[in-house]
Amino acid sequence: MELIVAVSIGALTAAGIYLMLRLRVFPVIMGLTLLSYATNVFLFASGRLAVGAPPVLMDGVDSYSDPLPQALVLTAIVISFGMTAVLVLVALGATVEAGSDKVNAPRKEAAK
Amino acid sequence: MVSFSGLLPVMVLLPFIGALMPGLMIRAGRNACATFTAIPTILALVFLGSMAPDVWNGGTVMFRFDWLPGLGLGWNFMLDGLGLLFAGMILGVGLLVILYARFYLSPDDPMGQFFTFLLLFQGAMLGIVVSDNILLLLVFWELTSLSSFLLIGYWKHLPEGRQGARMALTVTGGGGLAMIAGMLMLGQIAGSYDLSVILQHGDEIRASDMYLPALILILIGAFTKSAQFPFHFWLPHAMAAPTPVSAYLHSATMVKAGIFLMARMWPALAGTPEWFWIVTTVGLVTMVLGAVIALFKDDLKALLAYSTVSHLGLLTMLLGYGTKMAAVVAVFHILNHLTFKAALFMSAGIVDHETHTRDIKRLGGLAKLMPITALVAVTAALSMAGIPPLNGFISKEMMLEEAAHTYWFGGDWPIIALATFGALMSVAYSLRFIAHTFFGPVRDDYPSHPHDPPAGMLISPGLLTLAVVAIGLAPGLLAEPLVRVAAAAVTGGELPDFHLKLWHGVTPALYMSAVAVAGGLLAMLAHRPLDRAWIAAPRPEAKAIFDRVMAAVARASQVVTDAMHNGAISRYLGIFTLATVLLGWAAWQGGGLPAPTREMLPVPPLVGVGFVLLLVATASVVAMHHTRFRALILVSVVGLMVAFGFVYLSAPDLAMTQITVDTVTTLLLLIALHFLPKETPAESPALLRLRDGAIALAAGAGVAFLAYTFLVRDVSTISDYHLANSYIGGGGDNVVNVILVDFRGYDTYGEIIVLGIAGIIMFALMEGLLTGSSSRKLRNWHFPEDVSRDRHPLMMVVVTRMMMPIAALVGVYIFLRGHNMPGGGFVAGLVFSIALLMQYMASGFGWTMARKTIEYHAMIGFGVVIAGLTGMGAWLAGQPFLTSAFGYFQVWPFEKFELATASLFDLGVFLTVLGAVMLMLYSLSRLARYAGETVNVEPMDYDPSARIADARAEDEKGLER
Repeated sequence: MELIVAVSIGALTAAGIYLMLRLRVFPVIMGLTLLSYATNVFLFASGRLAVGAPPVLMDGVDSYSDPLPQALVLTAIVISFGMTAVLVLVALGATVEAGSDKVNAPRKEAAK
Repeated sequence: MVSFSGLLPVMVLLPFIGALMPGLMIRAGRNACATFTAIPTILALVFLGSMAPDVWNGGTVMFRFDWLPGLGLGWNFMLDGLGLLFAGMILGVGLLVILYARFYLSPDDPMGQFFTFLLLFQGAMLGIVVSDNILLLLVFWELTSLSSFLLIGYWKHLPEGRQGARMALTVTGGGGLAMIAGMLMLGQIAGSYDLSVILQHGDEIRASDMYLPALILILIGAFTKSAQFPFHFWLPHAMAAPTPVSAYLHSATMVKAGIFLMARMWPALAGTPEWFWIVTTVGLVTMVLGAVIALFKDDLKALLAYSTVSHLGLLTMLLGYGTKMAAVVAVFHILNHLTFKAALFMSAGIVDHETHTRDIKRLGGLAKLMPITALVAVTAALSMAGIPPLNGFISKEMMLEEAAHTYWFGGDWPIIALATFGALMSVAYSLRFIAHTFFGPVRDDYPSHPHDPPAGMLISPGLLTLAVVAIGLAPGLLAEPLVRVAAAAVTGGELPDFHLKLWHGVTPALYMSAVAVAGGLLAMLAHRPLDRAWIAAPRPEAKAIFDRVMAAVARASQVVTDAMHNGAISRYLGIFTLATVLLGWAAWQGGGLPAPTREMLPVPPLVGVGFVLLLVATASVVAMHHTRFRALILVSVVGLMVAFGFVYLSAPDLAMTQITVDTVTTLLLLIALHFLPKETPAESPALLRLRDGAIALAAGAGVAFLAYTFLVRDVSTISDYHLANSYIGGGGDNVVNVILVDFRGYDTYGEIIVLGIAGIIMFALMEGLLTGSSSRKLRNWHFPEDVSRDRHPLMMVVVTRMMMPIAALVGVYIFLRGHNMPGGGFVAGLVFSIALLMQYMASGFGWTMARKTIEYHAMIGFGVVIAGLTGMGAWLAGQPFLTSAFGYFQVWPFEKFELATASLFDLGVFLTVLGAVMLMLYSLSRLARYAGETVNVEPMDYDPSARIADARAEDEKGLER
């Protein structure tokens, strides 16, 4: 299981970074989303994995998964949504303004 | 005896606090403004006076207050003799300059600004001279550079003012940087950043390997500030400042800061051959060079500027000798130079003010027209020339006496010759200042007809000139005690046997003086041919060189900046990723990884299927990202798999959040895609894709390896505390939720505020987009034709309306159970927003908006306020912010239930999340509406009931017919 999670994180990171290195806005947003998944799972995994032990207190149970990373990741998910939303709007504005959704600035002419 | 040490920091801070006053008081008039500038200065002087007796009796006033003790930085102040002398000069001359400036500045000049700058500068200077901590001293040192920049560039409409200010800042600021390095080295050697300690460790410092680099760096700082060759060129250009500034900066303060520093560091640094050679040589060269150039300057202030350079060189040279007597002479001359030079600058300012010119070639004969000014200026200038019985004479004699027995470059004669030559030129330019300005025939072509200025302008130079004469006549009585106290601080205690007196007897110095006066007179008389020769001679123009160097530096940094930041954001990201991977690899090379301690969990088949799905979906996103819609759907598949993973791995809260957030994100991106091209053109060359792929794989492999590495090893966690106290302290079973609303409520509070801000940012951005330059483009936006005609299908409308109360109920349920079961404010907010979004999608924007009663902005605001008030409620119970309370209640007919303040906090979270998410989507959809997309007013495109009614009407018509 640990191996699967690690490979998933790696695959999501690689795909996310590859897409973020593309030259258009939309793949970059997609890449950012994938990278956010990877980061969230990574953070979550730092509490180590456990099956069937949700951190909800119950009588007679004394083994729970680590709640702290979960709490941190929960807010991270919501915040990364906010970040994506702002990025989307910035990208939209830039696209409407510039007429194209290229990420990079056009190559500069020689100075002056 | 009462200790006044607490007054020390107050004295330093007074000018800074006072700097707020002039800007306000200028509204009450110029007199009020000047008065309120003078008050902090006078107060600081009073404080200084109350501390003076301690210092006078050989004591040192100390004040210590730790600031960053770990860095050795503290608010440590020390007032000793040297500090007393300088603080007195700074405040005393400051007062005179304020008075003078009140009358000098024209009504067009913003006086409040001027006095504010002046007080800032005064405070910074004061800080330098009483700092005990050299790091603190550096802070004040940089403050003088900054505030002098403001002062020199005060007439910002004049290009000379701006250029001069920039040059001064570049040179002195650059020197300050060098000095920081030097001071840090010094602190390292001495083991403390406190001057009082450093000065005790002179021998160790001088013996250290780091002595020479530290010395050179500190001297660069001092030389740039005190305008020593080859950094002297900024000072004349700083003359573009108003004359009061010149009088203040170039007589008593700014340029003396470097001298002060050398004097301050004298016990620690002086006395070595390196010190002697560097400081004496630089001082001597500066003295002679400044004096020579001064003779050929036609601008009164430029002449005085170069004479200042020359006198600073003289002081530097004296400190460089390294003998105690030379240090005494230096201290005495600091005082004398202040008196006559400030008076001279002010006189030059008066001449400028009255005649509207400072060009010596257009002046002359002013003694008859403005006799009082002439008397003041001539007396001060004679002192500058070193003519008895004025104070300049005494210190010059003592300087020559010291020079006469200093061995330099193979004997004592080179320094005798050069020092005498410097003195000779000094006589020459002083006499020229006198003769060509005030004597000779009265002219009739002054740009403005001059006469003596109002008394207010004359008081300051007059007082200074009185001091010139008085010290000259009775040096032993007036100056000697102060010089003794200050010099004792410079030399570190013992003083040589000396007495300040006007007549030293027939000494070698007297002969040298006589030669200088006679030669100076001759040089002045021969000024015309000398001037012609000077103009004809080729000489480097410092400003041109400086400008060329600056231009070259600017070009170089432009090239570097362009190369580094060429606008290719994806390249930055690539470099950043690669660097991170390499750093991680380097860290891993360090080794020290313990053996794995955890058994791996088994993988059930279903999870294996999910894993494969995730991999396939991820790979497909990469492979098919050119078709954007498909990529978006595939990404949401990935999100769904991640959510399943959370479910399986005991994180139900995360799974719920992930699913709801994914839904909202997908909707948002769908709306955005409406305005973006539907396809990504394949424009990256294969090589680029290969490179990016390699970078991405390297990063992915690194992260995967890192994750695997820690996953198979145990960790010690603080979560046991949370688990143990969740129910006892937070009253909740769902530990994740209790952490969010209780243990780490502060974090959550910050996060909902961030989310709310993100929502408002989006609203604002959209507002800017719709009203800005791109609004016309949007008005003419062309939508593709292939849209469905049936945008609001009947089935969907009906179903979503039925779903609405159910979804809302689910939201409420998730919210309420959140404290004890998976759920809570975040998830509930998202569920609610999805319920609302479904209405928007199904029934159309206009229809839904018309039925909305609360503004989303308000919802964000209420959410944050409710969460904040809940947190503050804890104060009422005497608890810290966000401490929660809970209790169990029973109300018939319900079961026993729990009420916790944390739920109220969660309500705030809920409202903020809902408001922010809705505001974001609302903002995005405004774009579509603005661009001309039609909005259904009717809930459905196709309303069967309306059609039936129509048909009936038709029928009825037919029947009637």
